[in-house]
Amino acid sequence: MSTASAAPPAVAPIPAPKPRRRRNRVTPLKYVALLGVAIIVLTPVYVLLVTSFKSLDEIDPSHAWTLPNVWTFSAWHDAWTQLSPNMKNSFKLAIPATLLSTVLGSLNGFVLSKWRFPGADFVFAFFLFGMFIPYQAVMIPLTLLFDDVHFPGGIPRLVFAHVIYGIPITALIFRNYYSTIPNDLMEAARIDRAGMLRTFRSVILPLSAPAFVVAAIWQFTSIWNDFLFAVFLITDPSQWPVTVALNNTAGSLVTPFNLQMSAALLASAPTLVVYVLLGRYFMRGLMAGALKG
Amino acid sequence: MAEIAVKDLTKRYPNGFEALKGLSLEIAEAELLVLVGPSGCGKTTALRMIAGLEDITSGDLFIGGKRMNDVMEKDRDIAMVFQSYALYPHMTVAQNIGFSLKVAKRPRDEIRRRVRETATLLAIDGLLDRRPKQLSGGQRQRVAMGRAVIREPQVFLMDEPLSNLDAQLRVHMRGEIEALQKRLGVTTVYVTHDQVEAMTMGDRVAVLRDGLLQQVDTPAEIYDRPTNLFVAGFMGSPPMNLAEATIERVDGGLVVRFGEQAISLPAGLVQERGLDDWVGKTLIAGIRPEDLSGSENGGPVLRGAVERVEALGANLLVYFSVGAPAPGGGVVAAVVAGEALESAPLVAEGGTSFCATFEPRSAVRIGEPVEASVDTARLHFFDPETHAAL
Repeated sequence: MSTASAAPPAVAPIPAPKPRRRRNRVTPLKYVALLGVAIIVLTPVYVLLVTSFKSLDEIDPSHAWTLPNVWTFSAWHDAWTQLSPNMKNSFKLAIPATLLSTVLGSLNGFVLSKWRFPGADFVFAFFLFGMFIPYQAVMIPLTLLFDDVHFPGGIPRLVFAHVIYGIPITALIFRNYYSTIPNDLMEAARIDRAGMLRTFRSVILPLSAPAFVVAAIWQFTSIWNDFLFAVFLITDPSQWPVTVALNNTAGSLVTPFNLQMSAALLASAPTLVVYVLLGRYFMRGLMAGALKG
Repeated sequence: MAEIAVKDLTKRYPNGFEALKGLSLEIAEAELLVLVGPSGCGKTTALRMIAGLEDITSGDLFIGGKRMNDVMEKDRDIAMVFQSYALYPHMTVAQNIGFSLKVAKRPRDEIRRRVRETATLLAIDGLLDRRPKQLSGGQRQRVAMGRAVIREPQVFLMDEPLSNLDAQLRVHMRGEIEALQKRLGVTTVYVTHDQVEAMTMGDRVAVLRDGLLQQVDTPAEIYDRPTNLFVAGFMGSPPMNLAEATIERVDGGLVVRFGEQAISLPAGLVQERGLDDWVGKTLIAGIRPEDLSGSENGGPVLRGAVERVEALGANLLVYFSVGAPAPGGGVVAAVVAGEALESAPLVAEGGTSFCATFEPRSAVRIGEPVEASVDTARLHFFDPETHAAL
């Protein structure tokens, strides 16, 4: 404010551009700091990787840092044999649950922001409450309810539970995204005599790709990584998703670290692939909502 | 095609704000009516109520003799052009124009034929496969028009359709829209804040302010006989010169006195405006810049020192101080609010400044005295309390 002493206070002072020289001095420091943090974060991943390529007799926690003397894929092979049925289960779970909950989310977002009904904000607040209810609180009631209504057991139960639990977050993502779409478009559609479903299908849905990417990544990751719902909702081991199976690779007498490490990497591979393929759309979608929402 | 009638149309929002207060209007079949006024005057609200995009708080809306208050917008048979154009960004031009027909489940070849006809009419038939993003402002405007035209509706509603275009294109499209409207003969309500658009396009013009209808008449009548101070100040560019003045009796006749200067008034005018009742009283007098000219016409003159000169090419606008107080100070500035405010007469030292029209090559210099002769028949007088025209 030193320059604005005489100027009316209503005018915000324009910040002076920082001298170029200073910026150049700071930049390398920033990169060094970022590199340091990155190393700390990635250290466990390094241990995970090197251990997964060791043979069982080479494993010793005191040598966890060293590279394997003999590189072997045997742990990977064992992990794959052991986990592939469960990987398949996880796909059977995560793909339909993701599709259903994103479609539901876009419908919810639509009626909460663009084709509003009286009390839409109130309903939305209730939706959001759902995000703050811990899984543990509903474990027993949910199981009892499923049994009472004779809901088919196994993966369908888990799909249903995840779709319901995904309602708050997907509704939030789509509602925020749709509020960036100008209302004029909705009114133009009304003047063009389009009804609710026609407007959704022909005007809103084709513009929804960024929100679908964000919601799909979010849902796929959290459904794939979920452990608790799977543990209490699925009793038949042949239906377990990979997260539960991964937990069971812990032996009772010996701990096969190499197997566990490769299994853990295997189990997390699909979510990594999703991020690598769609990550930039994810950021773009998040930004679209953030800037104008 | 149909006539529109609104009776006591009122819009009150839940917070108590009244955007429109008892608007009553009749719009004839095939007429182009312009709703004009400063921002916040309720013109867009009125349009949206006719469109069905806003609920009607009270009053009645008739289109083609049928009461439409509770008819859904999709059953009103109206088409609307939005200020933002509101083109569907993911559709091509052809899809944008044809969308309403697709919704109405018209056969595919009929849609294709009518889209092509409409596009030819609007000279955008070369752009049918493009998306809105690939179009210029003027082209988008045409697509928005096309979307309305293809419907062959009873009524066109246009909400500031030209305000996103640059000045030159705006003038051009103004003519095209008017010609198109005449050719199609569709009853049209056109909303704008631009009084030039209102004057040039409207068969009739309705001037609104703060939700109240001020005057509705032909552009010429509104310009020549504004019913109140607001209409007088709002319509016309540069705006009407307004100043406080007194009526006095001199040698049996009446004069209007601006500060030190007096102008004698013809008897006919005195009788027509009832100025006898105002002798010795202060009122607000106005004269349009073109009725205050540098050419000698033998009429009475106003004198003053030149403050500013604007050369427009075809003529010269000369601003000079007349030594009379600006009417009611801030009150009138507030009355002539909105767009006219910036161009309203400046309050100069020694009184308000008047704008006169001079010949293009007149020798006029800033600081020097000038004389401008007044076309007394075209003087306007307003009641300083009610602001109504006399």
